[in-house]
Amino acid sequence: MRCVWMVCVLCLAPAVAAILCKPDVTDGYKVRLSIKTALGDDAYEWSKSELFLFRAVLAFAVQRKTNNVNYDVSNILVCDETERVSFWFVVTTPDNTSELLPKLVVENAIRENRHRINSAFLLTDQTLDFVGINPTLAAPIEYDTPPWLIVFGVVMGVVCAGIVALLVSTFLQKKRAKKPSADPVDDEDGSGSIAGNGILCESIGDKDGTYNQGFTDDDRFTKL
Amino acid sequence: MVFTGLKMPNPGLDQRVLSHAQLEKLEVEEAGERPKWDNKAQYMLTCVGFCVGLGNVWRFPYLCQSHGGGAFMIPFLILLVLEGIPLLHLEFAIGQRLRRGSIGVWSSINPYMLGVGIASMCVSLLVSLYYNTIIAWVLWYFFNSFQEPLPWSQCPVNVNRTGLEWECESSSPVDYFWYRNTLNITSAIDEPGGLQWWMVLCLISAWAVLYVCCIRGIETTGKAVYVTSTLPYVVLTIFLIRGLTLKGSISGIKFLFTPDLDELSNPATWLDAGAQVFYSFSLAFGGLISFSSYNSVHNNCEQDAVIISIINAFTSIFAATVIYTIIGFRATQRYDDCLAGNILTLINMFDLPEKSIDDSNYASSLSHLNSTYPAIISNLQLKTCNLNTFLTEGVEGTGLAFIVFTEAITKMPLAPLWSVLFFIMLFCLGLSSMFGNIEGVLVPLQDLKVFPKSWSKEAISGVTCLVCCCIGLIFVQGSGNYWLALFDSFAGSIPLLITGFCEMVGVVYVYGIDRFNEDLKFMIGHKPNIFWQSTWRVISPLIMLVIFLFYFATTISKELFYISWDPESKPYPVWIYIIIFLLAGVPSLAVPGAALFRAIWKRYC
Repeated sequence: MRCVWMVCVLCLAPAVAAILCKPDVTDGYKVRLSIKTALGDDAYEWSKSELFLFRAVLAFAVQRKTNNVNYDVSNILVCDETERVSFWFVVTTPDNTSELLPKLVVENAIRENRHRINSAFLLTDQTLDFVGINPTLAAPIEYDTPPWLIVFGVVMGVVCAGIVALLVSTFLQKKRAKKPSADPVDDEDGSGSIAGNGILCESIGDKDGTYNQGFTDDDRFTKL
Repeated sequence: MVFTGLKMPNPGLDQRVLSHAQLEKLEVEEAGERPKWDNKAQYMLTCVGFCVGLGNVWRFPYLCQSHGGGAFMIPFLILLVLEGIPLLHLEFAIGQRLRRGSIGVWSSINPYMLGVGIASMCVSLLVSLYYNTIIAWVLWYFFNSFQEPLPWSQCPVNVNRTGLEWECESSSPVDYFWYRNTLNITSAIDEPGGLQWWMVLCLISAWAVLYVCCIRGIETTGKAVYVTSTLPYVVLTIFLIRGLTLKGSISGIKFLFTPDLDELSNPATWLDAGAQVFYSFSLAFGGLISFSSYNSVHNNCEQDAVIISIINAFTSIFAATVIYTIIGFRATQRYDDCLAGNILTLINMFDLPEKSIDDSNYASSLSHLNSTYPAIISNLQLKTCNLNTFLTEGVEGTGLAFIVFTEAITKMPLAPLWSVLFFIMLFCLGLSSMFGNIEGVLVPLQDLKVFPKSWSKEAISGVTCLVCCCIGLIFVQGSGNYWLALFDSFAGSIPLLITGFCEMVGVVYVYGIDRFNEDLKFMIGHKPNIFWQSTWRVISPLIMLVIFLFYFATTISKELFYISWDPESKPYPVWIYIIIFLLAGVPSLAVPGAALFRAIWKRYC
């Protein structure tokens, strides 16, 4: 009698499992892995061991979420495996193997541990796709001062320094040009250096002196 | 001396210009207060910088690609030789001979031609106003390039942090950064939108940099051009090497240069080529006349004109090649992404193994699946991926620089480095052109004695830059981009064509081609040959006239629309037509207007 009962249970167990996990089940999720896209030549083959790892990582995630209630690999049921490397999975509660963990709990468990799950398979949010669980967006980088203002400040600082330097040098040049002609204006009686018209001869040879065209011989007017 | 040849009566010309003997004396005694170039290299670099500008990078490649690729070279080079080089030589020669800025030159030739100088000054002023705004945009992007990831590579997150910003998601990160973060564009030209403070800062920095380079005229500009005229070539070479190593660059170059000889029978091709040559040489702005007036009298302006034309043409073709390697890369990336997206959709739908469908068997797999499951395939709404479509997307003007190219840069490794290099290059190209524009404003202002004599050069250029910066604030409000497009289409087009035409006619028929030939013989040692004679007298003015009539006819006949952000084509509001008339009409009418004014003044005073 006991043997018959055991045989019946053993036969029914996978059947029960099969009913719990099926495509489009309410409390389950479809998973797609794009291993070759993510890893290219370093891609590993999808095998039973990889599936075992998946179930183990998921059990870990759910255990973490539910405050360390003891979950086992057998609580993660997988079905409808395809060549794509996609499958459906459901999570059963440890106390009652015919009861499924609600969808929301599973989703939160996955969201919180997404990074660990991805890392176990060397994949990313895009290549390890839980259909229906969108990856959370990374927080935008906040700057105290926008970087562009810093560059702007540097450029404007250099430019303003340049303007000031050029204006100061012009001002100094003008001062130097005015200086020699300031003295001999008082020297009317010609003592000391030769002065005519109040302009020292030396100052005419000065580099900054201008050549006044008005005093050159004008061929234009004398041609007649 | 008897002057033969068709010539209008021009009394008093000898009193207004220096004779050859006086010029020789000026040269030998090194007298005169006119500024001089430190060396020939400065002069050449300044002229090259003025001619080579943003148009070489973002207008010529587009024209090339849209008018039959390699075949476009034929009208471009023919018109370069028949229109560009003669006009350039003319401006160099007349500036070197008469040794004045644009207003001085035209009033020397004939006081009734003062209007031509005034038109040049007005156009230079209007173009300076909006051109420096483009430089401000370039500076904004340059300032923003010093971060990783680049701000235009991803959409910002929306306020609730639940998803991406809606406006960005429905277009693209680069579009969003350009239209929202940079311009903060309003939806119509009559919605001003207020001043955008970040752009005001960039505009101030653009004018400040220009001021520091032009503060003492060519004394400071001549030093600045050592950097601003050479750096673009260095950067273009770096980009060429980088571009050629990217996937898809060759398809870009092939697309650019594949000749389509049928385009040669399309008159629009020839007209666009002519216009491109004319605008690309920055003729009729007055800046080139000014620059060459600082040369020594016996400088070989004929050689200079030919060399600069060749450099300009070479730069256009070189820049086009570089741009299209990067565009080819971007288009290939987009195409690959599009295809990968479709393939992923298919293998997800049908649970096929990865890599069962790839680029090579995509078409055959799709048709096989379509025949077996037509309903499912049509529901999937697969995108059509066409490489040619991606290659022709928005590839001219600001769209090229700030949208297409920036997107391509985000896909390259070390993106901030390429971004910094690219925008420094655009900045140098724009700044060196601005030197010529500002010269075309400052020198006429001094000739017209607008400023008191006691004011120094620094003060004059400072006040001019300040006033232009303040007026330029129009272009940094929300609707600024629309205003800029308006200025670009009307201030920088028709008046230049009229001025260019009047310049040729003025020198050949008012100054006298025979006298001009004698001048050239005095300056460079030989009389200009039959090529110059025929182009100056007949061919170039004719080409200018044809281009002008065509542009005038098309502008007047078509109703004026502009493309706004929504995006839709909107008609301009009525009051804009007044602005358009002021922009295009005032400089153009200054030519006959000044003559008329003088005639009336002489008669009644």
